[in-house]
Amino acid sequence: MDKVIVAKNLSLSYSGHETIINQASFDITSGSFVFITGASGSGKSTLLKSLYGALKPQQGSLIVGGVELNGVTRSKLNFLRRHLGIVFQDYKLVKEWTIEKNIMLPLIINGYEKSVTQNQVDSLLKHVRLKHQAGKFPLELSGGEQQRVAMARALSHNPILILADEPTGNLDDYSSGLIWNLLEGANTQLKTTVIVVTHHIPESLNVDYKHFHIEYGSIYAVN
Amino acid sequence: MQSIKNHLSLVLALLSILFSMQVFIIAERSIEAYKENLANNYSVVVVSKKTLSKEDIAKINPLIAESFELSPDHVIKRLDSGIDAKNTELLKVTLPRFYKLSLKHYPSPSEIQKLTKELRNHAAIKKVEDFSHSHDTTYKLLLLFKGMVTVFSVCIFVVTTLLVFKELRIWQFKHSERMSIMGLFGAPMWLRSAVLFRLAIMDAIIASALSYVIFKGIESNEWIISQFQSIGIEIVIFDSIGDFFKLASVAIVLSIVLASLIVVWHKEEV
Ligand SMILES: Nc1ncnc2c1ncn2[C@@H]1O[C@H](COP(=O)(O)OP(=O)(O)O)[C@@H](O)[C@H]1O
Ligand SMILES: [Mg+2]
Repeated sequence: MDKVIVAKNLSLSYSGHETIINQASFDITSGSFVFITGASGSGKSTLLKSLYGALKPQQGSLIVGGVELNGVTRSKLNFLRRHLGIVFQDYKLVKEWTIEKNIMLPLIINGYEKSVTQNQVDSLLKHVRLKHQAGKFPLELSGGEQQRVAMARALSHNPILILADEPTGNLDDYSSGLIWNLLEGANTQLKTTVIVVTHHIPESLNVDYKHFHIEYGSIYAVN
Repeated sequence: MQSIKNHLSLVLALLSILFSMQVFIIAERSIEAYKENLANNYSVVVVSKKTLSKEDIAKINPLIAESFELSPDHVIKRLDSGIDAKNTELLKVTLPRFYKLSLKHYPSPSEIQKLTKELRNHAAIKKVEDFSHSHDTTYKLLLLFKGMVTVFSVCIFVVTTLLVFKELRIWQFKHSERMSIMGLFGAPMWLRSAVLFRLAIMDAIIASALSYVIFKGIESNEWIISQFQSIGIEIVIFDSIGDFFKLASVAIVLSIVLASLIVVWHKEEV
């Protein structure tokens, strides 16, 4: 089976601060569904950051989608990121753009045709129940709605790997259900690899998943 | 509303730069026109022992544009009229010749000195009147005016440049967030900067268009026209092709430079 992520003796830290992930080795098979749990401040977001190249490994090797991120060039990193779907813990929506345009961003960057883009965005807006909000701006939406926009944006360009940082952190049960359905759908129908940082693994999930736990700088496989 | 606010501050800053630039151009033109005016009215009078041709006089100094002989008739008329016609003719021949010289442009004091000296050195010329005293005063006034306009323009330019830089920092802050987000989704540098350049160029076009309207208005303003008429000069206040082209190019080049600075200063969040 193909590995979409291979980490060997990976150490992570912010410059001038103590080590957050210490000598971790793990791999993630392409097409799998992965949960990452851990206490607040244990380094879950930090690990995700390293996976999309926003934090350079302090030590060791980290290969994502065939790209070695230790010492990666900017253009190679851009290439990789165009095939990732990231949901940030703080959403990172562009405030001066409408919801619709925000969701389109990865499609624009990947150079999709306008008609394809519009169809894709319409269908995603329907899935996250935000069709009526398409023309609004992010700050006119509730936190939960913004989080759903961030999810729609991450899925818009059918990425090979979805990295979601607490994507249901702000949502009620109904909205959380929508999000899990979307992630499940992407994983089963499109064979997208999904990595989700969360505090609660949903019980209703219909996929086999892997579960990693972060504690004291180490990453354990729970199942 | 938001989109208007996005544009307003840079448009205003650019507009004031364009405005001070055009005011400086107008002042320069007025001074040149006024100088020409003075040159037309200013002349040097020389007294010569013998007749000099226009060519003879022109050869003395390149500054001389034209020369006219002043008729001696009124001098003779002032003498006693008891002289008979034959003697009058004789007198006319023996009387010195008077020439009024007009100059190509309004001379500086040193140019006048040189001209006067060269005229005096000419064998036939006995006397030169250059009216240098009143000339000096006018010339100094003109220099003072020019200096004042320059200082004024430089002041406006410095103040507005500071303003633009302040605006730039706000911009940098505002745009760097979007540029970072685009970067996180793998947008190459040119795509991340595209919005910024489009905005900058659009603001430059808006500022140029506004300056066009403003100076067209000034140009046709009765009061301003009468002011220029009262000092007897006629200038082009706003040349809708040449001047507009100049202003628009400055605005576009300036805003592209500003946008480039933002892109260069943008700190990569990896
Ligand atoms: N930009 C940063 N610079 C320095 N330290 C940071 C930075 N971001 C996070 N940290 C620290 O790294 C540790 C792990 O943070 P994070 O990965 O965000 O935790 P979480 O598991 O809650 O997502 C925390 O102690 C946090 O204070
Ligand atoms: Mg976190």
